[in-house]
Amino acid sequence: MQIAIASGKGGTGKTTLSVNLSTFLAEKFKGTDQKVVLTDLDVEEPNSGLFLDGNLVHKEEQFRRVPEWDEEACTLCKRCAKICEFNALAFLGISVVVFPELCHSCYACSDLCPENALPMKYSRMGDLKHISLSENLHFVESRLDIGIEQATPLINQTKQYTKGHFDNSWISILDAPPGTSCPVMEAVKDSDLVILVTEPTPFGLHDLKLAVETMEELNKKTLVVINKHGIGNSDVEQYCAEKNIPVIGRIPHLRKAAEVYSKGELMFQQIPEIRTEMENIYNGITSWIKA
Amino acid sequence: MDKSVKEIIVLSGKGGTGKTSITGSFAALEGNNLVLADCDVDAADMHLLTEPVTEMEDDFFSGKLASIRPMDCTRCNKCKKACHFDAINITDGIFSVDPIACEGCSYCYHVCPSGAIDMKPRKAGKFYISQTRFNNYMVHARLGIAADNSGKLVTKVREEAKDIADEERVEYLLVDGSPGIGCPVVASLTGADFAVLVTEPTVSGIHDLSRVFELIEKLKIKTGCIINKADINPEKAEELKRFLNSKNIPVIAEFPYDESFTAAITQGKTIVEWDNGILKDFVTQSWETVKKLINS
Repeated sequence: MQIAIASGKGGTGKTTLSVNLSTFLAEKFKGTDQKVVLTDLDVEEPNSGLFLDGNLVHKEEQFRRVPEWDEEACTLCKRCAKICEFNALAFLGISVVVFPELCHSCYACSDLCPENALPMKYSRMGDLKHISLSENLHFVESRLDIGIEQATPLINQTKQYTKGHFDNSWISILDAPPGTSCPVMEAVKDSDLVILVTEPTPFGLHDLKLAVETMEELNKKTLVVINKHGIGNSDVEQYCAEKNIPVIGRIPHLRKAAEVYSKGELMFQQIPEIRTEMENIYNGITSWIKA
Repeated sequence: MDKSVKEIIVLSGKGGTGKTSITGSFAALEGNNLVLADCDVDAADMHLLTEPVTEMEDDFFSGKLASIRPMDCTRCNKCKKACHFDAINITDGIFSVDPIACEGCSYCYHVCPSGAIDMKPRKAGKFYISQTRFNNYMVHARLGIAADNSGKLVTKVREEAKDIADEERVEYLLVDGSPGIGCPVVASLTGADFAVLVTEPTVSGIHDLSRVFELIEKLKIKTGCIINKADINPEKAEELKRFLNSKNIPVIAEFPYDESFTAAITQGKTIVEWDNGILKDFVTQSWETVKKLINS
């Protein structure tokens, strides 16, 4: 079972829900065979780890492949620069310059070069960490290096790591990046279920609609959790009712919650109302599975 | 670009810190001496505050999308082997392209022996040139659902906004940036005159700010910081200020945790329209400080 936690708007509570729900479920299933793994796919700003503490199981550098010019082999035919759709290769005088930040690692220039003068070489994107939090809770995160612009390949490889190390018997929760463009789609595309976190404000509603449209495009089953419930207005509830999207949790807006969050601590462990909401969210997910 | 126009970008790293509220307030304060650009194209919310009346809209094309003509396809499988994005589907023996997975690299097009693949321009979204109710020109966009290339759309929005700022001879171009540190952020930051960082004293706020600041340092852009919800955690606020101090980032203002921010947004108002007391003064003072810092 793979559940992605996403949202159109940033700052609505994806990470809050991810870390609280994962830890809540792990506590709930303590002593059973059910295990939980949380993967932070917001590689640009990975925050889940700030709320979790455990033992490092494994750490590895993450690479992608980009072409490197082999001056000796090159005949300056310029085919590569003509082929590249991303302007990631340029001819400057009598040399070829590769701009790795523009390269999409499509391999076209490398494979189609008649002289094999553009072999694909490893290029660093960031680091991946695998942390064990308890017997039945593990955590995986990747962190994009500053200055690397493309998050999608790192998101993909991080998902692959989780897939390779945790089989289907694990509940796999993915903390997705914000937005509706390529990084989000990469994060959620093979999830069984997407939980969209929103807040009951006009901004929240506007971005929720975009996120719902994106998930429809990807044919994803969607559930909604409203964070900061109590502020704003009831337009989000109304929209979800019209769209037939179940609202499975309403995390109350409390100053205490904001304070607990600010310290990097887990809300459900300190605020009973939020523990109840985690239970509700769990029930919402299971009734979806049964349906 | 005429350097008399000062380009200011508002950024936060982390979402939900109040970036758009504050940017909208600055636009309200400066009126027709400012052009606004909403470069948070993934989740563009500025129009909810500024109620822009659109004067011009246009489709935005970026990159390419492969498509296979089944009649000409010999099912040789070369395209599928070439594609590194797993974008070629085969259903009942018919080859087709998954538009979401396709990156538009044209590799398949080059290897297809029967010329059965077309590369077509990809519609990535729409952009709009509008007038806000504060009499600023505003350039904003809507990224197509499941579209790629938000970085290029950001660049387009910025370019259009710069042209208008030059033509209208306004003093300021104010850009609302997107969260994160990836391509849309780099596209909105490069070459700006000043970056206003909006953050909050939480573990995530500080963490994300330090990452986005590293990027700003690399790009050598002048910066200052607004601390929102400053009283939510005094200890973290001190930690944040120590960080800012160590990096020589001036604190533009500290705003208290105040429900008025949400109340204002819920009514579609900026904080300077909603509040007549201390918050309005804080925000007004911040904008004055930003202007001073740019020119210092």
